[in-house]
Amino acid sequence: MRLMIAALSGALFGAGLHISGMTDTTKVRGFLDFAGAWDPTLAFVMGGAILPMAVAWRVTRGRAPLSGGTFPAPPRHEITRPLIVGSVLFGIGWGLVGLCPGPALASLSYGGWQGALFLAAMLTGMGAVPRLRRALDSAERAA
Amino acid sequence: MQIEWIYGLIGGLLIGSAAALMLLGNGRIMGASGIVGGLIDGSATDRGSTLAFIAGLIGMPALMSLGGWQVDTQAASAPVLLITGGLAVGIGTRFANGCTSGHGVCGMSRLSVRGFAATLAYIGAGAMTVTAMRIGLGL
Repeated sequence: MRLMIAALSGALFGAGLHISGMTDTTKVRGFLDFAGAWDPTLAFVMGGAILPMAVAWRVTRGRAPLSGGTFPAPPRHEITRPLIVGSVLFGIGWGLVGLCPGPALASLSYGGWQGALFLAAMLTGMGAVPRLRRALDSAERAA
Repeated sequence: MQIEWIYGLIGGLLIGSAAALMLLGNGRIMGASGIVGGLIDGSATDRGSTLAFIAGLIGMPALMSLGGWQVDTQAASAPVLLITGGLAVGIGTRFANGCTSGHGVCGMSRLSVRGFAATLAYIGAGAMTVTAMRIGLGL
């Protein structure tokens, strides 16, 4: 049951990225180019995606997930430094190429080496984060 | 523009439905960076469904391409851009604990302050990067 739900969710996500054109880096970078020939498609994608999710969050109240367990805890509210510094770093990489983690994975299915190289670098970066965190923590304690 | 925003809206509704299914079915937040990152650094608690999710995410666009609905990523082909961009996205999303799907779709839809702050930060930084590349380097 959990596997079926996860696979179906992944497939819907992939179909949505494919149909919306968000795997096309020129569309994503076009959205970020506010001062140039702005392409608003991403705003429609984000808006369209938020609608069903806003309903879903309401449905979670007083219920449990279909396959058991519990729903995620309510969101934290602190704006922390890793949140902002990390998001800025993410935004720079997103602007450089036009791929974020979902489309980077989906891009594997198109066979281009560019997407695969980006994905390999992204996974390497993700793998380095626990070590980076420890190094930053000990540098902070030493300071 | 023209018809493309309709495809954007339909695709967006599908992405939101995928996230809703993951939440209501499995009680998990459908954040691409969290799901993949957990697999990479070994913190994933639910490896089976993580792999099933990734198989669906890669398999569905592949099937649609085989079925004749071709798209192109049109990604830059300068390896230095791809590697720098990939590293920045990987490191940044894990430090921030989320990306476009986690903070953007799943966070903002529950009016999470962190989701809005992260989205503002990555769209702002992305816009500055794209603008600087166009004006400064002609890319």
